[in-house]
Amino acid sequence: MNFDFSDDQKLLQQTARDYLAANSPLSTCREILEGSQPYAASLWKGAAEMGWQGAVVPESFGGAGFGYLELAMIAYEVGRALAPIPFGPSVFVATEALLRHGSAAQQSAWLPKLANGSAIGTFALAEKPGQNAAEAIAATVKDGKLSGTKLPVADGDVANVAIVAAKEGGKTGLYLVDLAGAGIERKPLESFDPSRSQATIRFEGARCEPLAGADATAIARLLDRAAVLTAFEQIGGADRALEITREFIVGRYAFGKPIAANQAIKHRMADLWCEIEIARSNAYYAAWALANEDAELPVAACLARIAASEAFEKTTIEMIEFHGGVGYTWEYDCHLFYRRAKQLAGLLGTPKYWKNQLIDRLRSAKAA
Amino acid sequence: MDFNDTPAEAAFRAEARAWLEKNAKPRSSMTPTISGEDLTAEVVKQSQAWQKKKAEAGWACITWPKEYGGRGATPIQNAIWGQEQANFETPPDIFSIGIGMCGPTILTHGTPDQKKRWIPKLVTGEEVWCQLFSEPSAGSDLAGLRTSAVKQGNEWVVNGQKIWTSGAQWCQWGILVVRTDPTVAKHAGLTFFVVDMRSPGIEIRPITQINRGQGFNEVFFTDVRIPDDQRIDAVGNGWAVSITTLMNERMSIGSGMGVGAIEDLVGFASQLEIEGRPALEDRQVRERIAEYIVKARGLKYTSLRTLSALSQGKTPGPEASMSKLVGGILQQHAASFAMELAGASSALLDETAPAAAAWQERYLSLPGLRIAGGTDEILRNIIAERVLGLPPDARADKGLAFKDVPTGPPKRG
Repeated sequence: MNFDFSDDQKLLQQTARDYLAANSPLSTCREILEGSQPYAASLWKGAAEMGWQGAVVPESFGGAGFGYLELAMIAYEVGRALAPIPFGPSVFVATEALLRHGSAAQQSAWLPKLANGSAIGTFALAEKPGQNAAEAIAATVKDGKLSGTKLPVADGDVANVAIVAAKEGGKTGLYLVDLAGAGIERKPLESFDPSRSQATIRFEGARCEPLAGADATAIARLLDRAAVLTAFEQIGGADRALEITREFIVGRYAFGKPIAANQAIKHRMADLWCEIEIARSNAYYAAWALANEDAELPVAACLARIAASEAFEKTTIEMIEFHGGVGYTWEYDCHLFYRRAKQLAGLLGTPKYWKNQLIDRLRSAKAA
Repeated sequence: MDFNDTPAEAAFRAEARAWLEKNAKPRSSMTPTISGEDLTAEVVKQSQAWQKKKAEAGWACITWPKEYGGRGATPIQNAIWGQEQANFETPPDIFSIGIGMCGPTILTHGTPDQKKRWIPKLVTGEEVWCQLFSEPSAGSDLAGLRTSAVKQGNEWVVNGQKIWTSGAQWCQWGILVVRTDPTVAKHAGLTFFVVDMRSPGIEIRPITQINRGQGFNEVFFTDVRIPDDQRIDAVGNGWAVSITTLMNERMSIGSGMGVGAIEDLVGFASQLEIEGRPALEDRQVRERIAEYIVKARGLKYTSLRTLSALSQGKTPGPEASMSKLVGGILQQHAASFAMELAGASSALLDETAPAAAAWQERYLSLPGLRIAGGTDEILRNIIAERVLGLPPDARADKGLAFKDVPTGPPKRG
């Protein structure tokens, strides 16, 4: 038994941190938030040169051929930096879907481009506000043509390829769509977190190809994998938010002493630290299950995703509160974290979805 | 990272399990894990017999050095042993203080003679130990304790009162921290001893808890004499020794929080009904239980991470405070929620509803565990100051000699 990352993995993490410190300070996130660019294109390119997008893609497709533990470390650093790039949707979902369900032709058409960053992938499941179950979607496929509207699609405005959930003959499946094709209309959407793009995509008889074996259960398993990696991204963000808050409350004096000397603040900081540690431990376990394709993965993914979503959100709420008035200003960075935490928690099923799944999965594990 | 056993670990686990299967009965999932504080002579005897059996087979205090009766096992092996033993019915453990706290303190700070004198009989269960730290006016502010020891020849004469001493009436030995110099700052004037609990001048009075248990005692010292060779570490170094004990205490209480039982809530809620349907079909019930399980599993995996740190030769630091802090609140909330699910029957504490009774027993025990070994508030201070590096609380006793520290509101003229 060993419940820690290896020295090599930690070295890779440090390299990623150094790269992002130099190339994605929080001002980079702010530029995308305030500007008209949908994502930081040069950062995306740089990340690809570091091998991040292709971390788990086999070397035969131009990937780095790392494992999931390495990808988890990269996800953590991307989260720490609030990197404004379409990393999660492209790497955690689209690339994963192709790795697991793509045909040889589909894989050789897209994996090299996804791995070297020349293509961006995304995942289109949701169709309307609310909790979108894979079984209840309205998009349909007939004779290789996809019709329906997806809303919202993370990075749907910039993606080159989408993995779309749709029904064919009443059965849910996943379909690969080249977004340069005909019958596709996309529109960027105003977003709560403009450092990450959102769009709606209308398909009207767009050409699509099924992904083999990607039924409703397979979609759930795909979400599990993405959930684990997203949990690392969330924990990275939570750690950074806590560090920035710590620095602020130690330096901010009121009543002749640092505000951090008040138990009303100290104790809540301690509670946040505990929340994040609980999330980290659950995420480590889930990363291990992911890397080993362990039967515990469906349960572990729920644990990691619930804990990370809640830890990140709670930390950013307190971050603004402890900063006082300046925490509520556009100028300070607190709102970048506050937005990202909520945006990430809404992707790939909210905590509500994962909590219900956890109970179901524990029961079926016990019954088995 | 690997959550699976290595072949060597698997072999060790199989050996442990085989011995347990031969010597104990499997645990049923609804066995309450927290009660049993109310010790009787019979229970003490059972507990000692089980300890002796383990010691003879080499399964007692397995991480301790072989020369003192341990097995020289690694922390990981100890965790494996703990996981395996938890699957079996074993007598209530009266050695958690002796083995969890007193032994490690003596192994860290004692002389070779002191280790030889006390450790082997702790391993075999022949001698039971207690901890004499808190006082009526020194709980969270332990270093403000007032029980005094004055040196006379080769002995120390102790006067004062200790409180919250678990199992004092069953013990041969106690670890004791006392004030040996009131003229210096409070932390600097303390010294650590081992005291024979049968010494003349010791009087033990049981305290009844809210769950009717009598685990705790008041212990009064009147001119109790302790030979100087029972002093642990230097005169005036008692605070450093006490910290060793307290860190071990938090780890041992934290790891014994029984968070594994939280998952029993799933089965419990599927047996009860809300509006004619199993409670577990209620979305809010499911979500709440899921939240508890996320915390419980998180604590479990945190303890595994701590083990990895130990096996890499790192010393677990103040992070160990987390398991007691989070685990205590978690269990109290979970017990409260389980009782809510039981409806009006939640008021019953008897054998007609054994599963519910286990949660009720927990609900009555948990307030004590949230206080013992450091209250939630003290633990939050430790995490805030020692992990996050936040400034310490302002202290009104800072820089004062102990005798000058205020002890109550100023007297009015």
